[in-house]
Amino acid sequence: MSQFQKNVELVRSEVLAQDVIRLTFNAPEIAAAAMPGQFVMVQIAPGQDPLLRRPFSIHQITKDGALQILFKVVGRGTRLLAQVQEGAHLSLLGPLGRGFILAAPEKACLVGGGMGIAPLLFLAGRLSQPVHDGPRPKVILGARNRAELVPLIAAFENIGIKVLAATDDGSFGHHGLVTDVLQGLNLDSAFTVYSCGPRPMMAAINHLCQQQKISCQVSVETVMACGMGACLGCAVALKAGGYAHVCSDGPVFEAGELLWSL
Amino acid sequence: MEPVIITSDAVDLQVAIGSLALQNPVMTASGTFGYGREFESFVDLSRLGAIVVKGISLEPRCGNPPPRIVETACGMLNAIGLENVGVDRFIREKMPYLSGLGVPVIVNILGDCVEEYARLAERLADIAGVSAIEINISCPNVKKGGVAFGTDPQMAAAVTAAVKKSCRLPIIVKLSPNVTDVTLMAKAVEEAGADGVSLINTLIGMAIDLASRRPRLANIIGGLSGPAIKPVALRMVYQVAQVVTIPIIGIGGIASAEDALEFMLAGASAVQVGTANFVNPRASEDVLDGITAYAREQQLSSIRDLIGGLRLG
Ligand SMILES: Cc1cc2nc3c(=O)[nH]c(=O)nc-3n(C[C@H](O)[C@H](O)[C@H](O)COP(=O)(O)OP(=O)(O)OC[C@H]3O[C@@H](n4cnc5c(N)ncnc54)[C@H](O)[C@@H]3O)c2cc1C
Ligand SMILES: Cc1cc2nc3c(=O)[nH]c(=O)nc-3n(C[C@H](O)[C@H](O)[C@H](O)COP(=O)(O)O)c2cc1C
Ligand code: FES
Repeated sequence: MSQFQKNVELVRSEVLAQDVIRLTFNAPEIAAAAMPGQFVMVQIAPGQDPLLRRPFSIHQITKDGALQILFKVVGRGTRLLAQVQEGAHLSLLGPLGRGFILAAPEKACLVGGGMGIAPLLFLAGRLSQPVHDGPRPKVILGARNRAELVPLIAAFENIGIKVLAATDDGSFGHHGLVTDVLQGLNLDSAFTVYSCGPRPMMAAINHLCQQQKISCQVSVETVMACGMGACLGCAVALKAGGYAHVCSDGPVFEAGELLWSL
Repeated sequence: MEPVIITSDAVDLQVAIGSLALQNPVMTASGTFGYGREFESFVDLSRLGAIVVKGISLEPRCGNPPPRIVETACGMLNAIGLENVGVDRFIREKMPYLSGLGVPVIVNILGDCVEEYARLAERLADIAGVSAIEINISCPNVKKGGVAFGTDPQMAAAVTAAVKKSCRLPIIVKLSPNVTDVTLMAKAVEEAGADGVSLINTLIGMAIDLASRRPRLANIIGGLSGPAIKPVALRMVYQVAQVVTIPIIGIGGIASAEDALEFMLAGASAVQVGTANFVNPRASEDVLDGITAYAREQQLSSIRDLIGGLRLG
């Protein structure tokens, strides 16, 4: 398992929607080792405040060594990160965690809500055959409104995927939840559903998949200090009792192994 | 944070904790370095003075419900709840790797009563690769109404004596800062036979989320660590150094060689790097490289010359 701590250059910082930022780093070692579903720990400031790194899913990597993250400004760390100037260097730690187990593209359905979309682009890219018109996974993406969703969909369309969209306010695609769209697809039990998003959304998707006997992998979030299995701070409750550690046992889990409250 | 190349005009960095000889004074702090292996991509583990592993109990413990950690100004609070794999699995699954590293492994132990500590020490006494025991006395004594061993000199002394009797390994007692007078605790465990003391463990603290009006930790309170606690730790090391003759291991907010050297001036023979490992997984080796560079620059014949070398007046 190769993991790296590297000072890398921020080559591009883009505002995709209000408070939604995409950062592109030149991080060839981490990018080369990364698998879909894995994450990086980003040092926000070189000093001691904020002290801890912040975890972000690897959104996309390219052959020339670029690594992207996609995030929403939700607090102090993400606000500072959104302000970092292009050309600056930041310390990245990764790739970390266990990613998705890949299924055949024609039997994969990706369901993302909000910033949960972030890890799914990398996954969709890996699942798709590089050939034109080759099999593509189904992708359902949801967000609050059109302004938030449309810029995120573009990257999927670029790799030849037609996205099924849902918005809370009905301003784009289905008016309602991604789970409605998923249910409407009536997937057979040979499918694997990959999901990342707000907890209630993942709980609902787990419920649906359990009913329809579809295997379901979810990427979950907790607060983290180290991201590498050392602090034991990232506990998530297991159905069988006890806890798993999101950074080292996950962040991707079989949904059925976790304890969900609907 | 790229590796620093050290030229080999050797500096004498050796220090001793009782009969335990260390190649240098830099250790990792319990609970912040997993079982060592987690850091193998980042640190040349064989260079460390010692590795102190996550606190071990007789039976496995699954820990507290989340959230278990929260960031605070220049620090963090944790309420992990002493989650660990238990002594048997530790010996079976973690020790083979650790004992192959060729550095001393110090096992941090915790229990609910004096007998539990003693049984843990017995169990670890003859395990290959275990070089010393660090007693975490910041745990509630279930048989004494849950008062922490670390806040009562008599209970701390009783645990120390019981562990000392159960095994021949060097015994380090890890002191809690959550006391009125840390020197009383230090003296009590020295008299009870401790070969060294390490300090400080975390300071009890709390954080509240105003929006929800709820505590930020599920456990409500937790232990504060990181750069924020360094001045408190340094003061306590200095005070303890005035009253004991056994070696002291300084802990608390150490993130750089400068931090570590300050602890040595205050009286520490060695140091442990804790929370800094989370921020910079290479922190322990960076501290070691920095100490080495300092010793060379200052032309110290031995790093031991610094211990307690604080200039007063
Ligand atoms: C494996 C993993 C991958 C992640 N990937 C992404 C991603 O691709 N895009 C993205 O936008 N976010 C992602 N997150 C969440 C992201 O790490 C947090 O939003 C970020 O740490 C918040 O930092 P802050 O300082 O801005 O917020 P803080 O000031 O620390 O907190 C602001 C609010 O966010 C909550 N929060 C803090 N940390 C987390 C966390 N780790 N997870 C969930 N909520 C949190 C707090 O409880 C609080 O309500 C991921 C988290 C994990 C664990
Ligand atoms: C997440 C976490 C877990 C810890 N677990 C233990 C433990 O199991 N046993 C112990 O004696 N100390 C434990 N500690 C305390 C540290 O070893 C150390 O004494 C303390 O964090 C102060 O040092 P620092 O500021 O460098 O982190 C833990 C600290 C943290 C942050
Ligand atoms: S974040 Fe430290 S163990 Fe997972």
